[in-house]
Amino acid sequence: MGGLVVVGASLAGLRAVEAARKTGFDGPITLIGAEEHLPYDRPPLSKAFLAKEDTAPPMFRDEQVLRDELGVHLALGRPASGVDTRRRTVRVGDEEYGYGALVIATGARARTVPGWDTLRGVYTLRTLDDAIAVRTALTPGTNLVVVGAGFIGSEVASSARDRGLTVTIVEAQPTPLVRAVGAHMGAACSSLHARNGTTLRCGVGVAAIEGDGAVERVRLSDGTVLKADMVVVGVGASPATQWLAGSGLTLEDGVVCDETLHTGAPGVYAAGDVARWHNPMFSRHMRLEHWTSAAEQGALAARNALDPANARPYATVPYFWSDWYGSRFQFVGIPATDEVRVVDGDTDGAGFTALYREGDRLAGALTLNRPRDIMKYRRLIAGESSWDDGLAFAKTRTT
Amino acid sequence: MKIVLDRGRCTGLGICESLAPDHFEIDDNGDLVLLDEVAEGDALAEVEAAVAGCPTEALRLEH
Ligand SMILES: Cc1cc2nc3c(=O)[nH]c(=O)nc-3n(C[C@H](O)[C@H](O)[C@H](O)COP(=O)(O)OP(=O)(O)OC[C@H]3O[C@@H](n4cnc5c(N)ncnc54)[C@H](O)[C@@H]3O)c2cc1C
Ligand code: SF4
Repeated sequence: MGGLVVVGASLAGLRAVEAARKTGFDGPITLIGAEEHLPYDRPPLSKAFLAKEDTAPPMFRDEQVLRDELGVHLALGRPASGVDTRRRTVRVGDEEYGYGALVIATGARARTVPGWDTLRGVYTLRTLDDAIAVRTALTPGTNLVVVGAGFIGSEVASSARDRGLTVTIVEAQPTPLVRAVGAHMGAACSSLHARNGTTLRCGVGVAAIEGDGAVERVRLSDGTVLKADMVVVGVGASPATQWLAGSGLTLEDGVVCDETLHTGAPGVYAAGDVARWHNPMFSRHMRLEHWTSAAEQGALAARNALDPANARPYATVPYFWSDWYGSRFQFVGIPATDEVRVVDGDTDGAGFTALYREGDRLAGALTLNRPRDIMKYRRLIAGESSWDDGLAFAKTRTT
Repeated sequence: MKIVLDRGRCTGLGICESLAPDHFEIDDNGDLVLLDEVAEGDALAEVEAAVAGCPTEALRLEH
């Protein structure tokens, strides 16, 4: 069979090439990445990397390890521009790479608002280059406006407060984080901002970002004007599928895959933030933007692509964490809406556990500063425990 | 096999605990506790999955 081509040189792509070698595949491997950088880790970019001016970039592997130990041909610095699933080729500008197996791992890119990025001092945060630019701008005394109170916007706000900036978050929805953790818990999480000196304004949009060359103020839809030396736009990310238009692959907010991460085209699998796959654990399609699943899917997509006859499904209880103001949120499962119950602690306090119910099943758990409990809930959810089992377990943790 | 933990790298995310709860547990401070440093027999596969799943590559297996 032909070689393995992996498009997207980040977490999922790296795990794909590593897994391919682990399974004993000794054919050619090409890793194509739009960024100049070798694969690096994104979660620290909004956390430790912003905290200090001299923190080293969170690179995963040396070039020598990738080239010599793993025998990977690196094609970095230019995006792939298309795929032909009949001829089994990937196009990068005027070059073509033939593949026997292909893993699509192009992740997601930060959303922005047309027109906003023409002013200096307006940033998004997705790449290492973004993080370097944001970090350089985070000087004490600066007025920072964060647009969007999601996890990344909240982490940036927290890092900026630590460094002595004045921070205002503007969130268009009446409550932040509703899609991620539900309305009740979205409000509970967001209460951390006020407690740590960040101003949070919800239910009001940004009408305009204004300035003469560089940003000077943010005008809100209710007429308020906020002074701003710097704006970070954290309004979510979109799957990087533009380059797949016309490929025949099914694109619906991500590359649609079956439970083995197969796209339907021969030899073509997808992994990470770009993949919308069928998760047998919850019997539905989902697309996650979580570190853990990107890493695991990358490895499995490569194994399945190289040995489709023995392809295994990817079933998981989604997991993510987020660190704000020295506190850690952890979430496992899905933010089901049938019922959300705080079973431990208090949402105005230093820590809590909330459980999510779907039908009579325990579907999710959110904790703030309960690191000892969260993975125990993950296992309960993986074992398809009932809601009552979840509540009974919670009782054993609080006494 | 013996489990070797690099505390300098571990961030206490607990993925190892969700994969191999007989060997790993996060304590109330968010630090990882090795409940059992030795992985053998049936437990080995579980521990190997935890080593591979650790996001910071803080875990290793040694003979
Ligand atoms: C600032 C930040 C903080 C985060 N914090 C957390 C956290 O605390 N917890 C958590 O669980 N998750 C977190 N995440 C999410 C996590 O980092 C992602 O889920 C993970 O990076 C996804 O990996 P991926 O390889 O699928 O995609 P990505 O990391 O997005 O990588 C995709 C790569 O593909 C490249 N690419 C795109 N298009 C093309 C093309 N046409 N050709 C070639 N290359 C292309 C991109 O340049 C990029 O390098 C965070 C993300 C960010 C940005
Ligand atoms: S998975 Fe790794 S980083 Fe997380 S607690 Fe375990 S050893 Fe530490």
